[in-house]
Amino acid sequence: MALDVSTSLIPKSPLVRTSLWFVLVAFGCLLFADIEITTQDPWPEIKRLGIGLIQPNFAKWKQILEALMMTLAFAILGVALANFTGFLLAVVFHYRAVRVGCAFVRAVHELFWALIFLQVFGLTALTGVLAIAIPYSGICAKVYAELLEEADPAPMQAIPNGTSIVSLFFYAKLPGVWANVKTYSFYRLECGLRSSAVLGFVGLPTLGFYLETAYKEGLYSDLSALLIVFYVLISTVRKWMRREIIPVLLIAACLVLPEGGAMTWSNAWRFFADDIMPTPIRNAETITIPILLETWFWFQSLIVNEALPGILNTVVLTMIALAATGVLSLLFFPVISSLFFGSKSRLAGHVILVIIRSTPEYVIAFVLLQLLGPSMFPAVVALSFHNAAIIGHLIGNFTNHLRLRPDRSNGINLYAYETLPRIYPQFLAFLFYRWEVIFRETAILGILGVKTLGFFVDSAFADIRFDRAIVLIIITALLNIVIDVLSRSIRRRLRLQTSLDTH
Amino acid sequence: MALFQLSEACASYKGKQVLNKISLEVEQGEKIALVGRSGAGKSTLLRLLYDNHVVECAFLPQNLGLVPNLSVFHNTFVGRLHKNSTLYNLANLIRPLSNEQNAVLKVLKQLELTDKIFAPVGELSGGQQQRAGIARALYQGCNIFLGDEPVSAVDERQAWNVIKAITNNHETVVLAMHDVQLALSFCSRIIGLSSGKIILDRKSKGMISSDLAELYGT
Repeated sequence: MALDVSTSLIPKSPLVRTSLWFVLVAFGCLLFADIEITTQDPWPEIKRLGIGLIQPNFAKWKQILEALMMTLAFAILGVALANFTGFLLAVVFHYRAVRVGCAFVRAVHELFWALIFLQVFGLTALTGVLAIAIPYSGICAKVYAELLEEADPAPMQAIPNGTSIVSLFFYAKLPGVWANVKTYSFYRLECGLRSSAVLGFVGLPTLGFYLETAYKEGLYSDLSALLIVFYVLISTVRKWMRREIIPVLLIAACLVLPEGGAMTWSNAWRFFADDIMPTPIRNAETITIPILLETWFWFQSLIVNEALPGILNTVVLTMIALAATGVLSLLFFPVISSLFFGSKSRLAGHVILVIIRSTPEYVIAFVLLQLLGPSMFPAVVALSFHNAAIIGHLIGNFTNHLRLRPDRSNGINLYAYETLPRIYPQFLAFLFYRWEVIFRETAILGILGVKTLGFFVDSAFADIRFDRAIVLIIITALLNIVIDVLSRSIRRRLRLQTSLDTH
Repeated sequence: MALFQLSEACASYKGKQVLNKISLEVEQGEKIALVGRSGAGKSTLLRLLYDNHVVECAFLPQNLGLVPNLSVFHNTFVGRLHKNSTLYNLANLIRPLSNEQNAVLKVLKQLELTDKIFAPVGELSGGQQQRAGIARALYQGCNIFLGDEPVSAVDERQAWNVIKAITNNHETVVLAMHDVQLALSFCSRIIGLSSGKIILDRKSKGMISSDLAELYGT
């Protein structure tokens, strides 16, 4: 008698089913995506870039040093401020207002904050520091609040009654989470260095500014030198950053940052009280019904002509990039896994992954967009490679701790039968964790010419229509929060371990 | 009046009754050993006594409640957090104050733990951690000590000294313990628990180990 085997094509595992849905959506999005290469013949330029990259030119070392110092100064001040406020906020994170406020400020990308503060404070140190500190405070608050919540309750129960709440916090709660807070703040500093570098693209004197200049002048060897020094800086942070030198670094950072001086408080006040008001209201003497109607039309045209196309493109690009990140991550992780490669190949794998994940996606996208023309293809490559290098690194390390039986298979069989099923839940958890990050980056890549939300925000700023810019930024932030909520509910439904991205 | 007074007290854990109509009085100055198999309700009874205490008492739970990243010194000092101002506590957290160090050393001496004063508790052995927990309770300087298996991980010779330190420093002591010999040597009253009920309650004077054998079912 034949055995009754179910022949349904739909896989049973909810993990696989969810993954397939996301791949399907990504393919659907491809139909709407503009992924052509518009540059006529990119190869000669790619060749020149390649040659330049392998021949770094350190002759302008003074300039390189200047760029590094500024990048470091903005990052250190911004991240220090964010850690401080983030920690204070984490203690009161149980208030709904704090949680919502933090979700909102971290949903707005550093570059958007920078674009806003450029209008308020001009090209000053304050602009750069706040652009990093504000969104990072929101992130730190959330992460530290989670750490505090997960702290071991046993020490608190053993404390004598009548101990003040502050003593209780510092003796029984903080010590248990301190190590994690320290690790996380290092990770934040690495992120801060990348953010600080990217702020150069909107005019602050950090690495991005010099990268853009070098690239636009075709000085690819200079570009290479700048990048190499930046990689060294990021990969050695944990080695030279010590508690003792933090005060010195903070003071030094304050001293080297540019004064600017262009900032006036009346300017700042005008921005908030006047410039960001919808045009019909700003121009009106009093608010009447016709004015409100006009404001509604103003809003409607903004939504139809800018927000909706921007949202559509941002979502399409995000979904494609997310699926591509997933596929690439699964290809990347074996290169640093001891299950698949010997120590020499793994070292090479590590170097490659470090380079890809240390280069901000904005920088990769900038170079690729210049080479290949403004379409979604370079953006997908930049987003997926950068994020896949991060996830591949985490998963690869995870596989190095797997204990497999001695008589295991090898090669493709080892990958498909023994490794993939074991890492898959972890992998999906990381991927969904990056979803919101990818969305935020996708929106921002619009500044480089892809028609995502950032494109419309940037144009609005360029046309001095701040009212529109602010509405578009708020829409972007709200969408980002929606994605965050979605991602969390999927992770919870699939019972995926939501770990911090520090692991 | 008795220090602790329970009448027909019940307690359940996850829907299962752990204590069944316990009536008990503890007078000032008594040294009591709670004996019985694991699961008999000793920990729950201790917790009940602690929660119903009328005056302050030092309590050592089975999980010790130590802060692994802090040193033995700081974990001991935790016992007196409530006696000092918050500022004083924070200063001492950042830099151990010398008078507190001396006072803590005195306690650690009785527990043979002086050489570990600045070692993080998380790096100590099980027995050393247990003694660090006892140091915290002793440092609290209360008249009453409630301890749940305080010497289960300490070796035999030291266990003797540790229990001696506990009974010498506190007027009233209630200890849950497995070691019958220790119980009979240091405690004036033995309370036997089985399935959430008191099945034995008498002076230890004149008792020998075999009298308690049935409590452990041997």
